[in-house]
Order: sequence, then C-alpha cells, then structure tokens
Amino acid sequence: MEKVGGGRLRVALAGNANVGKSVIFNQLTGLHQHVGNWPGKTVERAEGTLSFGGYTIDVLDLPGIYSLSTFSIEEIISREYIAVERPDVLVNVVDASVLERNLFFTLQLLELEPRIVVALNQVDIAESKGIHVDAGRLSELLGVPVIPTVATKNIGLQELMMEVIEVASGEGGLPSAIRFGAEVERRVQELAEEVGKVETPYPPRWVAIKLLEGDDEVRRMVHRLKPSVEDLAERLRREIEEIHGHDAPSVIASERYAVASSIAAEASTHLVPRRTLADRLDEATSHPVLGYVFMAAVVLAVFYGIFRFGDYASGLMGEGFEVLRAIYEARFGLGALVAFVWDGLIEGVVAGVTIALPYIVPFYVALSVLEDSGYLARIAFLMDSAMHRIGLHGKGFIPLMLGFGCNVPACLGCRIMETERERLICGFVASLVPCAARSIVIMGLVAEYVGFEWAIALYLIDFALIFALGRLAFKAVPGEPMGLIMEMPTYRMPTLRVTASRTWFKLKDFVHTAFPIMIAGNLIIQLADLAGLLDLIQGVFSPVTVRWLGLPAAAGVVLIFGILRKELTLILLASLMGTSNFALVLTPVQMFVFAFVVMIYIPCIATIAVLVKEFGYRAATIISLAEISLAIALGGILLRVLTLLGLF
Amino acid sequence: MSSESVEEYLEAIYAFNERGEPAKNTEVARRLKVSPPSVTQMMKRLADEGLVEYEPYRGATLTGRGMALAQKVVRKHRLLERFLHDVLGLRRNRVHEEACGLEHSLSDEAAAALCKALEKPETCPDDENPIPPCILDADCEQCAEAREREGDRFRLVTQLSNLKPGEEGVVAFIRGGTLAFQRLLDMGLTRGTPVRVLNAAPFRGPIEVAVRGSTLALGRGLARHVFVEIEDDHSAHRRIHPHGPHHGRERRGWRK
Repeated sequence: MEKVGGGRLRVALAGNANVGKSVIFNQLTGLHQHVGNWPGKTVERAEGTLSFGGYTIDVLDLPGIYSLSTFSIEEIISREYIAVERPDVLVNVVDASVLERNLFFTLQLLELEPRIVVALNQVDIAESKGIHVDAGRLSELLGVPVIPTVATKNIGLQELMMEVIEVASGEGGLPSAIRFGAEVERRVQELAEEVGKVETPYPPRWVAIKLLEGDDEVRRMVHRLKPSVEDLAERLRREIEEIHGHDAPSVIASERYAVASSIAAEASTHLVPRRTLADRLDEATSHPVLGYVFMAAVVLAVFYGIFRFGDYASGLMGEGFEVLRAIYEARFGLGALVAFVWDGLIEGVVAGVTIALPYIVPFYVALSVLEDSGYLARIAFLMDSAMHRIGLHGKGFIPLMLGFGCNVPACLGCRIMETERERLICGFVASLVPCAARSIVIMGLVAEYVGFEWAIALYLIDFALIFALGRLAFKAVPGEPMGLIMEMPTYRMPTLRVTASRTWFKLKDFVHTAFPIMIAGNLIIQLADLAGLLDLIQGVFSPVTVRWLGLPAAAGVVLIFGILRKELTLILLASLMGTSNFALVLTPVQMFVFAFVVMIYIPCIATIAVLVKEFGYRAATIISLAEISLAIALGGILLRVLTLLGLF
Repeated sequence: MSSESVEEYLEAIYAFNERGEPAKNTEVARRLKVSPPSVTQMMKRLADEGLVEYEPYRGATLTGRGMALAQKVVRKHRLLERFLHDVLGLRRNRVHEEACGLEHSLSDEAAAALCKALEKPETCPDDENPIPPCILDADCEQCAEAREREGDRFRLVTQLSNLKPGEEGVVAFIRGGTLAFQRLLDMGLTRGTPVRVLNAAPFRGPIEVAVRGSTLALGRGLARHVFVEIEDDHSAHRRIHPHGPHHGRERRGWRK
C-alpha cells in the first residue's frame, strides 16, 4: 500500500460509551462533519473529514458500545462495518480510568484483525483517580500502538493522527489475536480451521469464537454456507461447557476478561485514590433523598429557563415577523395572491423558526450539558423504579423529559433505549407528553380563563393517560422487557466545543426533518382553505366537534390547523370567533374540553414525520389514529362528566 | 444461644422483608412468641454479626449476608411444606408448624433432592409465598452433577439485589434466560468477579455496583438474576449455622 504524498484514508473510531470518543471526533473534524443515519437503520452515523499530513482523512464515529455481540443494533452495525467494509485504520478509544472493561472491548476488536491504533484517552481523569497507565507497556502487551490523549484539551491528537498514517501506510503485520486458555484455545483453533475452508467476509478465528459463543447471526450465516461447521461448533461448545461446568458464552467472556484484567494490572499502577470533587458530587446526586431534591431542582431550573427564554424569544420573533409582513404588504399590496404567498409559503417557515430557535436550541444545549457532565445517567438511575411502572427502564425518562420541550427531539431521543420494542413504547409515550406548544394552549386558555388548578388538572389527566397507555403498550407490544444496565460515568466538565457542535448538528437534523413537512403541511391546508374545502370538512366533522365534543363549529377548522402547530390553535380560534376574550364566546367546560383535545388528539405534523422516520409508516399511523380516537372519545366523556358534576 | 434460634429470627425477619417492610421488634416478638426485650437483644447481636441492618423503632432488614442464610432456611421450610402438603397430604394449616420443626435438620443435599422430586415448585402451599431460588448454577437436569461439584462446601449465595450498600460479594453465576445475559457478561459481571454495592435507589430502584474499576447501574430485576457468593469469613456463621461443612461431615460419618 504505497501512498507517497498523501491520498485518502478511511478511519473509524470505536470504543465504549463515555470514553470521550465524540470529543475526539469533534476535535478532529470540527465543522466538517455530517450526521445522518446508517442506511435503513435508526442509528446515528457521524462522519467528518480532516486534512492531516498530506492526507484527506474521512473519520467515521461508530456508536459507543461495550461488546461486539448482537445485543443491540449498534453492535451489529459496528461489527459489520469493521469486518466487512474494513476501514484503513481503526482507532479504538479507551478510557484510561476504566482500563479493564475497555480492554475487554479492545480484545474483541483485535479478533476482527483490523489495522488498529489505541487512543488511551482521559488519562487526566485516570490520574485524578490515582491510576497511572503506562502507554508503552500497554502497547507491548497488546501488540498495537497506544497513544495517550486528553481529548478535551486537545492533547495527543496530533500524535494519534501521525500514528494512524504510519499504521495505514506501514507494511507491518496485523496484530496477533489474544490467546484463550488451553481448553478453549484448542477448540477455537480446530473450529477456525474448518471455518477457513468456507468463504466468509470475516476472519475465520472470529467466526469460530462467535460460533462457540452461540452468536445467532453468525450461526445463521454458517448454517447457510456449510451446516457441518455448525454441527462441529455445537459439539465443541458442549465440550467446553462440560469441562467448565458453565455455559460457553460466560466461559469465553470470563476468559476474555481474565486477559483484559491481567493486561490492565500489568500496564497500570494504582495509588490510593483521593476523594475528588466528582466523588462527592456523585454521592450527593445519587443520594436516596438529596438526589431527588437535586434532580427536581435541576429539571425545574432547566424547564423554567427554557420556557422563559423561549417565551421571550418567540414573542420577539413573532413581532419581528409581523413587522416583516407589514413591510411585505406595504410593498406588494393586499391582493389575494400576495396574501397566499405569505400564508401558504412563508408562514410554514415562520412556524418552524419560531419554534426551533427559541425552544429547540436551548433544549439541545441543556441536554448536551447534562449528558456530557454525566448527570443524565444519574437521572436515569433515580427514575428507574418510577419508569418501570410504565414498563420502561430509567433511561426512558430522558425522552419523556425532552417531550415537554418538543416531541420531535423526544422521539429522536428514544434511540437511547436498547431494543426496538423499548424505543417504540418510549416514542409512543413521548408523543403524549404536553410539549411547549400544548402548554401554551393549556396556560393561555384554561389557566387564564378557567383557573390555574384546572390547568394542573389537565396535566394530571395527561400524566394518568401516559401511565395507563404506557402500561397498555407495554403489554401489547411483543418482546421481552429490558432492564437497566448502564455505566455511571465519572462527573466531568462539559466542553463548550462539544456542546456547540452537538447542538448545531442536532438543530440541522431538526430542520431537515421538521421543516419540509411543516411547510408542505401549511401549504396544503392553505390550498384547501382557498378551494373552500375547509367549510366542507368542518361540516363533515361537526357531528364530532359540535355534537359529541360540544365545541363551536369553528373548532373543526382550528383543530385541522392545529396539526401543523398546536399553539396556533389559540390564535386561530380567536380570529374565527372574532375576539381574543374567550370568556365571551366559550364556556369553561368548552375551554377545558378544547384544551384537552388539543393536548391529546394527534402529535403535530413534525412529530408524525419523526415517528415515520423512526418507527415506519405503520407504527406512526397506528399511534396517530389511536391518539385521535382517544382524544375524541375522552373529550366527549369529559364534557358530559363535567357538565353533570356542574363543577364550573 | 442456639443456631436454631438464629435461623428462626432470620426467618421471621425474612417474612416481613419479603413484603417490603422492615421487621419491627414487637411483631417479631409476637411471631416467635418471645418477649420484646429478648428480641431487642437478639437484633443487636444479629446486627453486630452483619446479618441485619437494625434501626431502633424502625425495625430490621436483612443484609445480603443475612439474606443468604435466611433464604437457605426459608427455602427448606417452604419445600418441606410443599412435601408435607402435596405428597403426604397434610392439611394446609398444619404444614407450617411441622416444617418449622424439620427445616433445621434438613441438609442442603436433601433440600436439593426434595426440590427435584417435587419438580421445582415455585410457591409454598399455605400462603402462596415464593420459594427462595436455588443457589446451584445448573438447571434441574444437571442438579445432581451440580451438587456433586459443589461438594459439601458451605456457601453463602444470594442475589446481587439483596446486598446492602457497602456489602461485597463475588459473582457466582448469572441465571440465564434473560435478554440481558450477554450484556451483563460484557459489562464485566463474569464468574468470580468481585463486586461491591455502592448505593441503592429507593422504591426498589436500581443499585449502583462497583465492578472492575467502573460503576454500573443495574435495575433491580436484572440484579436478581445475578447470584453472588458472600465471603464467609465471619467465624460466627459457622458457629450459628448447623449446616456448615463440619456439620455435613459429621452427619455423613454418622450415616456410614
């Protein structure tokens, strides 16, 4: 592989979660990155480029994982990429402060026989915990280059990239795989020899190990190619189980860990750890009582901050757009076409911008800070038992929390759940969380005209619904529920660079996902209005809206527009009723029912788009239809109960 | 103080803890038909030996160590109840008392055989309470082999979920059948790995476990699948427990 004077290199970053992998990625690629999805998968794929040493280097940030089994889609994607697409160099980012567990993953990467460089990251955190890792010794033991780095301070990354180029262009052989204990090793070799006679995209030794571990994917592949190999594997597997008296996956995992453990012990020295500030913070924030107090304070502060800022900023923007519209009308007049261009085309963009910038951006900033600091893991820890009541584990609380800001990032946030099943339940539940737009309606109508306690009642009804439907979904969606297994990362200072870049790329993703559909949806509704279809629809829906829900006829149109942006329903209702003093035109019961229906009836169009993107058309349709029927059914019942009780 | 009475106390405390409540002295006294002062005295002893966490007025909860001992004897008790009821046909309201008398002299080996013969019952007959889990790393077909392998070594084994913050153990095995089995192994909870519980969230929430230099949060449900052996360095256990290694050997000698 002669590459004089540069060329193009493909480099992939692999490692556990919380090892600073994405920090390295951001430091290397800066703004030259693209965050998308793996084809056909809802797994984030972050790619970027940098120029270094005369090379153009394409960097791919693989998902943070702990193993190359088939536990999650992320693991399958990663091993397919490393084994089949074979990057020129694999950079394994390793957390020096948790060396043993990280090396367990390194050993698995070595089984795939890639060209590899180990970035020994977070050596500063390790030192603060009293752990010193000898990079040279570690390199000798692993047989691959090891470069110490502190990514947050941009230390060691130059050396890392120099080593990457060295390894890419070097003729040096591939690292030798780590040997298992004698009984296992002999069987791995015997099986690998047989596997070697079959053409697979993977190294034979790796296939042999995976077969002995009982990996379903690999077993299926081998079964297709040569069933006799599978039989041999089965026999050897049983032999291992007989000798060790334990099942083969745990025997192999034990042996890998034994190797990882001895390498870690030999390469690192432990001093008596000092109690760091992070330790103290950890104790306080996961304390059975104080922890909850602290969490409530943090969550409330974040929400309060975002809502105050969002309210202020979107008000400002709204005024700005009013001025723009006035200028526009002054310039082009008040003709029907002129109005249509604004209402049909520009209004969709306005809708997106006034939601995205004031609410979504601060949300992403807050989320990124909570995540990078390590606090999000503590929230998941504290909320686990509450979340189990709706069949999800603690991490599921995070998308729900996001949902209060906007359901779009909430549904995207469901990716932190491990299995498809968990993601779907979580996405469904998150789409019921009253987002900022819905809160505007509840506050602006119910709290303002009916009473604050009734607004609270609406939230409580919503939480009860989330609870009930969550349980229902938990029962209805097939598959095994998943418990919480999560690393509790050491507290760290979040870095501005990572926060900024993450917010920027997530915002871009939001714009890509939500804007086209908001603009198109707005256009369609405006066209329908022009064609006089809205009156027709209003007539068709009036048995539901007027008879069943007891709302004014205009509510039909309002609810249709509400699909676009729920906070618009209030403004539209005011303009259709001819007054913004709702007390004159609506009874308290009507207001309550209206706000309830707006809260539940459908996730807005941008959320539907995300549901389609994440879970497919079928699931998105079912969720939307379920929520519409629920809103209508319960809205009517509420009307009758409230009227009967005569509470207002 | 006899070992039997320690077992009776652990059993009584277990009965309350099982329902998620601490065992109050007065209630334990009523259950065991002893005087409250002697309960107080005993609770202090059990706490000294690391078998319970005892808070005056609030009551006692079993530590992982205490739980391992309690589970052993409760398991025997409930298996015996099943046997007396299902096989011998004793009436429901009679089995508890009978089992109380027999449980202390039943060896671990006989208990395992009883479990197998009864085809692994899940609950006891009188109040449908679950029978504490088997602590052999094997399914029922390999029960005999597993018992052979263990020999008559006395082991304190319980689920990781039962350990209190500060308690330590060594992973004995993970009871399979869970989606997360591989993940637990990947995170380093392999056989023989020392673990220490650091923290437990309230409301039966997850636990924080120190393992291989890292901290893991584990949901209670998952932690119940992980069985840990607690080091039996406390001389007191051997003294108070009749089924320790010496006890077993003596019995065998006597039978021959």
